[in-house]
Amino acid sequence: MASFSMASTSDIIFMLIFFFMVSTTMRETDKLVMVKLPEASETAKLERKDLASYINIGTPVKDKQAEYGTDARIQLNDSFRNVSDIRDFIAVEREAMSEGDRQFMTTVIKADENVRMGIISDVKQELRRCSALKISYSARTVDKVQ
Amino acid sequence: MPKPLPALNTTSTGDIAFLLLIFFLVATTMETDKGIQRRLPPMPDENQKQQDIKVNRRNIVVVRINAQDRILAGGVPMDVTQVKDKIVEFITNPTNSESLPEKEMKDIEGFGQYAVSKGVVSLQNDRGTSYSAYLRVQNEIVKAFNEIRDDFAMVNYGSKYADLDEEKQKIVREAVPQSISEAEPKNVSKKR
Repeated sequence: MASFSMASTSDIIFMLIFFFMVSTTMRETDKLVMVKLPEASETAKLERKDLASYINIGTPVKDKQAEYGTDARIQLNDSFRNVSDIRDFIAVEREAMSEGDRQFMTTVIKADENVRMGIISDVKQELRRCSALKISYSARTVDKVQ
Repeated sequence: MPKPLPALNTTSTGDIAFLLLIFFLVATTMETDKGIQRRLPPMPDENQKQQDIKVNRRNIVVVRINAQDRILAGGVPMDVTQVKDKIVEFITNPTNSESLPEKEMKDIEGFGQYAVSKGVVSLQNDRGTSYSAYLRVQNEIVKAFNEIRDDFAMVNYGSKYADLDEEKQKIVREAVPQSISEAEPKNVSKKR
């Protein structure tokens, strides 16, 4: 049997790689909390991803539960934090942006759908105190919420 | 005459490329950053005496969600699916009813006079409200405003709000402002 040329498979796979390189972004933080986003139909796309800072709220992942329990926690960057740490977090994020972009800074709240509003209200109050007023409630986009 | 070079075995290049592909699959995320965008009200100055902004009673509709995720909109308990129609009726006030918000003639640049509704939707929640219920109601309220905007755009420009150009969208936004107030946290449910 004549073997056929495999030289082109690499090209095909390379094309796939390019697709993934263009359409995805590098993972910046490890997930420490489990977040299943709630559903919403009227979502808007974030205009500038580079101006977004993320606050994750949810139950700690399985292998952290022994240490941190199963209550909803706030994750900023790569660690569990308290509501009072948000001020510093926002300050650092804001500092990293250029002067003109700061007003467009958006804080994305990624909270699990089963989280109680108490913790989210606290976060919102803290954000108001640091005047990070543009927020986005992250949600999965569906055509119709059932 | 030099010997012709033997053809290189290129079978493995595909595998190498595959390894790279798998690296990218693991190390990257395909993030769809979508969400309901909102602007929080600025924190009132502590030194300043808090002055109540006088909002006429008829201009405000209160949507409350209690710790059991039950909804009370404008004093009527209802299902989440009914909230949208309630808000649409409240904001547009089609019959110019006395109990629904008043309208104020406003001069909109590039459009002219338009009676802008002064209605405000006030969303209140309990600390025990679940986030999914809260966001569903948020979603319904935004949907109501989007519907009014689409209606306005349809009547005046013959196409939906999303299909208009930037300038016209601005006009629509001014004619139908998204006035949603997220109240200070308070406990809606009665203590037992």
